Amino acid sequence: MAKLTFNGGIHPYDGKELSKDKPMKEILPKGDMVYPLSQHIGAPAAPIVAKGDRVLAGQKIAEAGGFVSAPIYATVSGTVKTIEPRRVVTGDMVNSIIIENDEQYEEVTYTPHNPDEMTKQEIIACIQEAGVVGMGGAGFPTHVKLSPKEPEKIEYIIANCAECEPYLTSDYRRMVEQPQKLVDGMKIMLKLFDNARGILAIEDNKPDCFKTFKELTKDEPKITVKALQTKYPQGSERQLIYASTGRAINSTMLPADAGCIVDNVDTIVAIYHAVVEGKPLMNRIVTVTGDAVNDPRNFLVRIGMNYKDLIEEAGGFKSEPEKIISGGPMMGFALFDLDVPTTKTASALLCMTKDEVSKYEPSACINCGRCLEVCPSRIMPKKLAICAEHQDEEGFVKNHGMECVECGSCSYVCPAKRHLAQPIKSMRKTVLANKKK
Amino acid sequence: MGNMLNVSSNPHIRSSESTTKIMLYVIIALLPTTCFGVYNFGLHALLVVLTTVATTVLTELIYELLMKKKVTIGDLSAAVTGLLLALNLPPQTPLWVAVMGGVFAILVVKMLFGGLGQNFMNPALGARCFLLISFTSIMTNFECDAYTGATPLAALKAGESVNVMDMIIGRTAGTIGETSMLAIVLGACILILLGVIDLRVPGSYIVSFVIFIVLFSGKGLDPQYISAQLAGGGLMLGAFFMATDYVTRPITKKGQYVYGIFLGIMTGIFRLFGPSAEGVSYAIIIGNLLVPLIEKFTTPKPFGKGGERA
Repeated sequence: MAKLTFNGGIHPYDGKELSKDKPMKEILPKGDMVYPLSQHIGAPAAPIVAKGDRVLAGQKIAEAGGFVSAPIYATVSGTVKTIEPRRVVTGDMVNSIIIENDEQYEEVTYTPHNPDEMTKQEIIACIQEAGVVGMGGAGFPTHVKLSPKEPEKIEYIIANCAECEPYLTSDYRRMVEQPQKLVDGMKIMLKLFDNARGILAIEDNKPDCFKTFKELTKDEPKITVKALQTKYPQGSERQLIYASTGRAINSTMLPADAGCIVDNVDTIVAIYHAVVEGKPLMNRIVTVTGDAVNDPRNFLVRIGMNYKDLIEEAGGFKSEPEKIISGGPMMGFALFDLDVPTTKTASALLCMTKDEVSKYEPSACINCGRCLEVCPSRIMPKKLAICAEHQDEEGFVKNHGMECVECGSCSYVCPAKRHLAQPIKSMRKTVLANKKK
Repeated sequence: MGNMLNVSSNPHIRSSESTTKIMLYVIIALLPTTCFGVYNFGLHALLVVLTTVATTVLTELIYELLMKKKVTIGDLSAAVTGLLLALNLPPQTPLWVAVMGGVFAILVVKMLFGGLGQNFMNPALGARCFLLISFTSIMTNFECDAYTGATPLAALKAGESVNVMDMIIGRTAGTIGETSMLAIVLGACILILLGVIDLRVPGSYIVSFVIFIVLFSGKGLDPQYISAQLAGGGLMLGAFFMATDYVTRPITKKGQYVYGIFLGIMTGIFRLFGPSAEGVSYAIIIGNLLVPLIEKFTTPKPFGKGGERA
């Protein structure tokens, strides 16, 4: 049988061995906690606490700002210090609630539910109330994803267990240590859609997880486990849908148009926590790794904790880092300051002693075609980058620039070391902004 | 501490491939046929090779210094052009002709159009055709100490019999680098294994050429004739090393097949119906000129475009 995959893609050094075999470690944060009000796609959350209020861990501190939005919860007990703009990983200043941690970690009491006794609406409301958003990086509110126009047309719910980004092992650790939660989370999602089947889509570099899930789902006729070829960007939504169902969607379509809903491992576990345990989204797994860190590993982090403390937990720096990335090396953000909080979408903190990008000077394109060959969207990065550099919006759109999934494979593979993804990404933003006008 | 970190747009890692490496691989892959040429034709062939390489590299250097541009000879592309040009020259080419070819290739075909990546035709082939038109008698004189007769292709065209085994090994008259099919295919294997080229262009080129001569040569499926046509002249060197030139072949996969088939048909027409026995260089140059058109019509359909929402 042909391997389940997509056309194009790359095989970068994966660096996962640095952190993959160490069990995750829970951290109780110290010091101030920062909660940006915008940790998701959509309207920012609205604070419902004021300066001086005492809060408990698990207490809601900001209400969703609309349907496409998500509430935010305190993850420690303490006092609200202030509400002010703070720097976040993207470099933007975002209005944030700052809580002075009293280090008591007093929690509210949660009300567990039995999903078998809940209606679909109750389950979705529960997920919405818990502030669950896509934790793979995009931060799209999960309850919105779970409320398509025609729920009966959803045929597949795909758990994105690919974790194709190099260095990242947070999903892997979750699958190794808490596989049952993922399966149970999937079962809850399947309750919402009568015609849906569940797919756990795992890259074949994690054979142990594949085996575990096969075992755990052997009595679940509605759930199948699929091994996908290990290749970046296998975890990109469109590529994942194609690899696991053979259906192809483009930029004008949503996964629901192909009868699919895709959610990342940690998101599905968050759904489990929200519904079964009644716990809001308060923590996530973060991989702290890279050759500049003493003890690379995964941490169960309370959202709002500072990145600096996270590095300290990982044994500090072994040597001076030249570049620090929030997320993976392919799609993460380079940080210029470590004084930022972890958010719902922070998957990793990658500290590298060498910056490969600054090592190379871009030179002339030799038309080798490698960018075309690796592009999962089958567009022409070389041509689009030229359109973008010339601010040729029309040419950019005509050459299907909007189909780019921003995976960065073209820049990775370019022998002339041209920055292809960068101009294409900014041009896409410009086009989208102009469309809204 | 904050200011010490490097910030850039993602992705933050790069593959180890580089233009210089690719060019170096091409040079390495050309060494078997170069060495065979020097062994086959003697010392003067070596002088021609050294002269063209020195000329192309120096021309690029001087041009860039005069124009106050960044010096790019380190990417080795000028050296590749020089080497390819030498391999396309007769072994007894006077050195001043070699120098003229080198200057034309780099200055006129490459640098005046904007340097690496901007030239619309293969610089080495452009220069060869320039020399062929300007110094026809020198460029078509393949006599040297080792060989006095006509090239095997000319003999074939005249209806004489040729020794196919000699042609495959390369013990025949011809340009410095085109005679040994064996050495060229060895070099091509190196390039394919290193991932520098693939078989799309050379494969469709050679297959379509064979189909063309089977249909139109009047010799039908005569294996002797077909292998002589394949091993003779510049077909192998052209198909594996010139038609695959990144800059001047289509970038789209489909386009590469179209381009290869076009080259095969053109070469067949030139060889069978043209006045000369050879036609690879002209076929490739005409193919080069059609590349923008081919690319326009073979742009791939983006992922998921077929499944557009109704």
